[in-house]
Amino acid sequence: MDAFTTHTGTAVPLRRSNVDTDQIIPAVWLKQVSRTGFEKGLFAAWREDPAFVLNDATYEGASILVSGPDFGTGSSREHAVWALQQYGFRVVIAARFGDIFRNNSTKMGLLPVVLPGEKVEALQAAVEADPSLQVTVDLAGRQVRWAGETVGFEIDDYTRWRLMEGLDDIGLTLRHAEDVAVYENGRQPWLPTTV
Amino acid sequence: MGRTLAEKVWEQHVVRRADGEPDLLYIDLHLIHEVTSPQAFDGLRLAGREVRRPDLTIATEDHNVPTVVGPIADPVSKTQVETLRKNAAEFGVRLHPMGDAGQGVVHIIGPQFGLTQPGMTIVCGDSHTSTHGAFGGIAFGIGTSEVEHVLATQTLPAYRPRTMAIEVSGELPVGVTAKDLILAIIAKIGTGGGQGHIVEYRGEAIRKLSMEGRMTVCNMSIEAGARAGLIAPDETTFAYLKGRPHAPSGELWDQAVEYWKTLRTDDDAVFDKVVEIDASTLTPYVTWGTNPGQGLPLGGAVPAPESFEDPIERSAAERALEYMGLTAGTPLREIEVDTVFVGSCTNGRIEDLRSAAEILRGRKVATRTLIVPGSMLVKLQAEQEGLHEVFKAAGAEWRQAGCSMCLGMNPDTLQPGERSASTSNRNFEGRQGKGGRTHLVSPQVAAATAVTGRLTAPADL
Repeated sequence: MDAFTTHTGTAVPLRRSNVDTDQIIPAVWLKQVSRTGFEKGLFAAWREDPAFVLNDATYEGASILVSGPDFGTGSSREHAVWALQQYGFRVVIAARFGDIFRNNSTKMGLLPVVLPGEKVEALQAAVEADPSLQVTVDLAGRQVRWAGETVGFEIDDYTRWRLMEGLDDIGLTLRHAEDVAVYENGRQPWLPTTV
Repeated sequence: MGRTLAEKVWEQHVVRRADGEPDLLYIDLHLIHEVTSPQAFDGLRLAGREVRRPDLTIATEDHNVPTVVGPIADPVSKTQVETLRKNAAEFGVRLHPMGDAGQGVVHIIGPQFGLTQPGMTIVCGDSHTSTHGAFGGIAFGIGTSEVEHVLATQTLPAYRPRTMAIEVSGELPVGVTAKDLILAIIAKIGTGGGQGHIVEYRGEAIRKLSMEGRMTVCNMSIEAGARAGLIAPDETTFAYLKGRPHAPSGELWDQAVEYWKTLRTDDDAVFDKVVEIDASTLTPYVTWGTNPGQGLPLGGAVPAPESFEDPIERSAAERALEYMGLTAGTPLREIEVDTVFVGSCTNGRIEDLRSAAEILRGRKVATRTLIVPGSMLVKLQAEQEGLHEVFKAAGAEWRQAGCSMCLGMNPDTLQPGERSASTSNRNFEGRQGKGGRTHLVSPQVAAATAVTGRLTAPADL
């Protein structure tokens, strides 16, 4: 995955709560066996409405999505992350995220940023007032900055390090292959196998 | 200080623990289906990696499969299923393809084969993996990157979620089911109420549930935002497992049971969060909105958005009523449906079919009704019990096993504007087909609704 240190770009406000992954990418798009081309399916049903915020040319080119709470609930489909990234988003900001979506995002280098609800709303209002507003998401400094506002966010050290280095989890785990082998030798004898 | 069940199971599976890093957790069973695995197998091929433990991995075809006999008509779905077959063959993974006697919805077949056992860690690229927690293990959904990670290493790096107890006191009244209970729980704590937690369902009402009912409850943990849901194993669990193909036998069975009996939360253990609910006050529940937290007792009415104090909930309710085509104040019992769906990993097990059949016996359906067994083995058992004849005589459609109308990925979908009463788990916008409107219900309410054509409890018939 691509390393993430600091990103500055424009944002788009999504004033909806419980944006489930079925909305981010409807199931019909999940039939693909490749990892690309999902940007066309991003919010596919909502984008049919000309008034939907992503159809507003004012926000074209935005790379930071600022959503209502409980973004990415529901299905475990990582396709939701791929669709957001392939559409051009690098960061999603919300007050709460679905756990699986949040996990999937950090595996792919899409940064999920949790800010307090009132700060999310303040940022949405600021972006609506000035869609060209430059928003900086600083992972190194754990801060989101815009127009004189600076708001800190929490992320654990390990995930932050992995994102900043752009490291692949499998490679990291394989360094501990011996520990895995030792563990396997001590597993309980009644545990099932599929063969 | 004592430990909770979730903590005990977690600790048993830690391969490696280091300061400032997530635990490396061993995975006892990896379930696979065609939708979330193709890109993971591609990743293995690109990196020249093998599946570390094909003997702890099992695959089935469920999301894309049509539930009428015959080949897959949609070429894209067909390619996805064929890709799974190719990958399973290449990497040596056991697969139950369409038409196979062991095929079915991924969360139905694991327990059915006895592969799901107490104290295990189980993952699948599917959020409803929480179902398997009903046996007293930690089971959770993962994304495709993590599927690849488990295939390659049989482990996952993860931080232990916080623990939450949902204490369900009292007894469920007659006609009130595990589905009603979990819908009531989600309505109470909200779709984000369990975020970051493993939920342990406890209390008298939980202990009295069958394994099928426990699976229904744990299945929908994710709809409350929880990472996983589990229930301490007991005699009900052991009786369900005994004699299943992959359950231990002989001396190993005795050893296993001895260990499984230790899998309970210690009396002095402390949960990070506790929620209490009295089962004896519950009545059948249905959802009125577009997330599973927007539910009410069937005796209620469509709520007015103004009745929500929280502005975010209010605007969500406004939007939901518009999408659902509902007017505030309408009694829920007056809502007419076009389709009834009984099935899915939530309610596609034999007990669910039995309870629907009991209501449909000697009656006729007034609307399109799909009865979809969760697996081919459930189908076989239902047919041995003659349930299929009951359904057919009532005018319902008796189908092959699959995910069917739970999600819009196969031919079973709603048309735009169509309304369903569905025993599945998600009432999201477009979940059952673009523009479709979903009311989540129990199998009993689904069957009663099929008879009248509007949302109905069995007691109303």
